Amino acid sequence: MLTNSQNTPRLTLGPILYHWPREQVLDFYAEMLETPVDVIYLGETICSKRRLLRPEDYWELAERVAAAGKEPVISTLALIESDGELKTLQRLCADERFLIEANDLAGLDYLEGRPFVTGHSINLYNQRTLAFLAQRGLKRWVLPVELGRETTAALIGSRPNGVECELFAYGRLPLAYSARCFTAYNRNLGKDDCQFCCGDYPDGLLVSTQEGVPFLSLNGIQTQSATTHNLLPVLAEVARLGVDLLRISPQSSRTADIVKVFADALTGDLDLDQGLARLREWCPSGLSDGYWSGKAGIASGTVV
Amino acid sequence: MELVCPAGNLPMLKAAVDQGANAVYIGFRDDTNARHFAGLNFNDKQIREGLNYAHDRKVKVFVAINTYAQPNGWERWTAAVDRAADLGVDAIILADMGVLDYAAERYPNVNLHLSVQGSATNPAAIRFMHRHFGIKRVVVPRVLSLAQVAHLIQEAPVPVEIFGFGSLCVMVEGRCLLSSYACGQSPNTFGACSPAAHVEWRDTAQGQETRLGGVLIERRSHDEPAGYPTLCKGRYDVAGELRHAIEEPTSLNTLDILPGILAAGVSAIKIEGRQRSTRYVSQVTQVWREAIDACQRNPDAFRPRESWHQILAQVSEGAQTTIGPYHRPWH
Repeated sequence: MLTNSQNTPRLTLGPILYHWPREQVLDFYAEMLETPVDVIYLGETICSKRRLLRPEDYWELAERVAAAGKEPVISTLALIESDGELKTLQRLCADERFLIEANDLAGLDYLEGRPFVTGHSINLYNQRTLAFLAQRGLKRWVLPVELGRETTAALIGSRPNGVECELFAYGRLPLAYSARCFTAYNRNLGKDDCQFCCGDYPDGLLVSTQEGVPFLSLNGIQTQSATTHNLLPVLAEVARLGVDLLRISPQSSRTADIVKVFADALTGDLDLDQGLARLREWCPSGLSDGYWSGKAGIASGTVV
Repeated sequence: MELVCPAGNLPMLKAAVDQGANAVYIGFRDDTNARHFAGLNFNDKQIREGLNYAHDRKVKVFVAINTYAQPNGWERWTAAVDRAADLGVDAIILADMGVLDYAAERYPNVNLHLSVQGSATNPAAIRFMHRHFGIKRVVVPRVLSLAQVAHLIQEAPVPVEIFGFGSLCVMVEGRCLLSSYACGQSPNTFGACSPAAHVEWRDTAQGQETRLGGVLIERRSHDEPAGYPTLCKGRYDVAGELRHAIEEPTSLNTLDILPGILAAGVSAIKIEGRQRSTRYVSQVTQVWREAIDACQRNPDAFRPRESWHQILAQVSEGAQTTIGPYHRPWH
């Protein structure tokens, strides 16, 4: 067994952060329903111009997720600037069938007074923010990704009853958002004429340093890490701390296998070293874990 | 429209006041503010002197406590709010919802502004912060076009302040972790982007290298000028091409669109640069005072003077300036 403590974190699947073809998205979720994730987050969180799936499509997917015995959560846009984006958010929040993840402060305005989730791009850094949001209806928070074990432990130690803590446990780190579309910028296209070129990069557009070290991954208006953040080495620790949920962020291939590695490691059916060896094979730009130990996010091998 | 100028120390505060700022913003000497640089910022004695100097001349003083408190260190943020309130500053500029909640409960009569680091870019976000914390003003992140700013002003429940000049953050402020990804410290957690202690400059055969946390963020030939070492302004390899993958080493200058800013109903225009020099504050404040006065007298005939551009170009970081996000093609 992984741990003697009674708490075993549940696995969640974060929203797809990339612009994949509609068929690929539908196939992906059909596959994910067969995996041991307990919670599936659905929705476009990066760019309002991406409309291959509409709110209706996500709601339909959410019904299927629920029918498969998993919990669907509707995720919302991380950076809201225009009226149109605000109207879409309002519409998503007006639907009370599903739990909703707010990723911009605007979501809090619409969701206040009913149960909601805050994503990692809502700045919840301390116990007073946690208590304040809990009074507004916070049911679960995803820790901002730059925070590590010390803050996780302190927040869990002071959390109001019933509020769950979720960690971004596996995936390229969501590091920044901008008005600028960096994919279009690097293709020398204007944002208003982007030609949906982000669709050409199913895992983001790689940015390497001048000495060839993979550094960042550009995904439309979002900047991600090139490395894949990975908390597999500290599963026992996060379980002991009382973390409720661990998020795996979708990538274009091997996501189901990654889920299985985490699930088997949690039940003790897979040795951590073996699991790590598998994960390494599936992430071309390497693993990182520095944020967990309070170091640079790009650092690796810092947690144990 | 108020002109809000930066001061990293007492001489800068006095320079801003002397040159016509309507308000000056400052920070304490620790990680509770987003310009946590060695040798910068104010102790209480200096703030008292600065407050007297400014108030005698009818100029306001704001204190920025605009980083994010973690459980280990929380008392530093509440103590900073206590100090600012006790000192009688004209407003406290806050970002963290927990700190806002504390300040609003403890000091209901103190003016609270939502910092640019608070990351509120739309009316619903501002409404939420206003409803719970009674904010009196919002400083909006550098992501909106001028048309979006104008629209936001119509919808927002509080006056809107925008950045008009200085270093340009390309990312929405308060939600950029690039710095901590490379070196472990970010504006949110430490109060500085790309902190000096993590920056290395090195001359090599291939050129001058700048590293942040060991990551090579720029390598330039020896005859190219060196800019401020923020990782978003460096050159990288993108699909085999060497380029500024995020932004060129430009800074923001909105002088050319000042009539539009005025017409949009912007309540205050902010100058970036608490970490810069007294000369910078003095010259930039002087130019912007003249420009705002000229624009308010006759917005239709307003043309930025060549001398203003020359002065601003001399103190700008990097060789180029941009209207940035206010101008849609920048996006």
